[in-house]
Amino acid sequence: MPTSLELAGQLREKFGDLISGPLEFRGEVTVTVADAERIAEVCAHAKAALGFDLLLDLSSIDNYGEDPRWTVVYELSGIGHGCHLRLKTHVSEERSQVPTVSGVWRTADWHEREAYDMMGIVFSGHPDLRRILMWEGYPYFPLRKDFPLAGKPTVLPDTAFTRPAPLEGGPFVTLPGGRDSAAREPRVRTPEE
Amino acid sequence: MDATSQAVIGGKTTTEFGYNTKIEGEVVHTTVDAALNWFRKNSLWPMPMGLACCGIELMAVGASRFDISRFGSEVMRFSPRQSDVMIVAGTVTYKMALAVRRIYEQMAEPKWVIAMGACASTGGMYRSYAVLQGVDNILPVDIYVAGCPPRPEALLDALMRLQDKVSHEPITRDLKRDVAPEKYGRMGLELGAHGEVLPEKP
Repeated sequence: MPTSLELAGQLREKFGDLISGPLEFRGEVTVTVADAERIAEVCAHAKAALGFDLLLDLSSIDNYGEDPRWTVVYELSGIGHGCHLRLKTHVSEERSQVPTVSGVWRTADWHEREAYDMMGIVFSGHPDLRRILMWEGYPYFPLRKDFPLAGKPTVLPDTAFTRPAPLEGGPFVTLPGGRDSAAREPRVRTPEE
Repeated sequence: MDATSQAVIGGKTTTEFGYNTKIEGEVVHTTVDAALNWFRKNSLWPMPMGLACCGIELMAVGASRFDISRFGSEVMRFSPRQSDVMIVAGTVTYKMALAVRRIYEQMAEPKWVIAMGACASTGGMYRSYAVLQGVDNILPVDIYVAGCPPRPEALLDALMRLQDKVSHEPITRDLKRDVAPEKYGRMGLELGAHGEVLPEKP
C-alpha cells in the first residue's frame, strides 16, 4: 500500500517542477501546482495513474490584499488505497479562471458552481456554470473578503431583491481559546477586547 | 350533555355553544357571517411551507401525539389551490422567497399566513446577505410564532389564535362594501414591482 507522501512523490516525478515538494502537516500532505492552467491535466493523471478516484471537496480561498488573490484547493482521496492528497493552485484576480476538473470527477460539477457563485472564479470548460446558491442575476460574489456580511441592496425588477440585514452592534465574533463557553460564544465584540 | 362549554383563548373567555336536537329541534338560527366563519375556522387546510428545522416540528404537529386534526387542520395540502393557511416553517432565503411568494399568489382567497419560528418571523439568527429578514417582507402575516424551533404546542396555540381571528372576520359586510381584496390587499398591503411590501403612505 502506498502512502500519501509516496504518491505525491510519483506526481512530482511525472510533472517535475510544476509540482512543489510535498508538505506534510499533521499527517496531511499538500502539494502546490505552479501553473493553474494545467490543474486538469494533473488531476486526470492523479485519477488514472495514482488511484485518486474520489474528489472529496473543492474549495477556494480569498487571500485579500495579496497577489495572487485566489487559491483553489482540491481534496483528493482514493477508495483503493485510502490515501489523502491536497492540491493547491493560485490564480490571480485579473485572470480569475481555472480549467474545470468536472471532466475528471463528475462531482466537481456542483463544487465548481458553488466556488463560482460565492467567489466569482470562472471554471473554463464547465458544462453548466450557473449560480447554485444565490439567484440567477445576483450581481455580487458574497464570500469575497471585501463583501460586507450584511449584504448589499440589489433589485432585479420582477424577479428578486435583497436588502442589507440589520446587524445591531454586530458582526458577532467567536473568540477562540476563551476560558469557558460564555467567553467563546459569538457576541458583539469591540476591537479593544 | 352540557350544551355550552367555556374556553380561554388568547386571554379572552369565549363561550362555545353545542347543539342538542332533543331540546331545540332541528333548526339552527345564526347569521351568515357566523356560519361561514364557523365553516372556515374549523377547516383551515394548511400549505406546509417547510423550509428548515421548523418543518420537522410541523410534522410533529401533524402526527398522532399532538394531532392537528383536533382543530380541523390535518389536511396538509401540497397544492396551493386547495389550501387556506400557509405555514411558513423555517428560514426563507432570498432565492426561496420567489417560490414562497409565487405559491402564496397561487392560493385561493380567503388565505392566511402563519410565520412559524424566529427565522420566518424576523430572519432569526441569520443576519446575512442570503436570508430574507422576515417573511412579512413579501407576505401579509397573520400570526407570528416565537421559538427556534417552536414547540408543537406553540403552533397549535397559533392555530387557535388564527381560528379566533377567522371567526371574527366580517365576511358579508366586506362583500356589501365591495372591499373584496384587490391585488393581495387583504391586509391593506401595497406591493412593489418585485413583490416587497411598500412602506405605508401617510
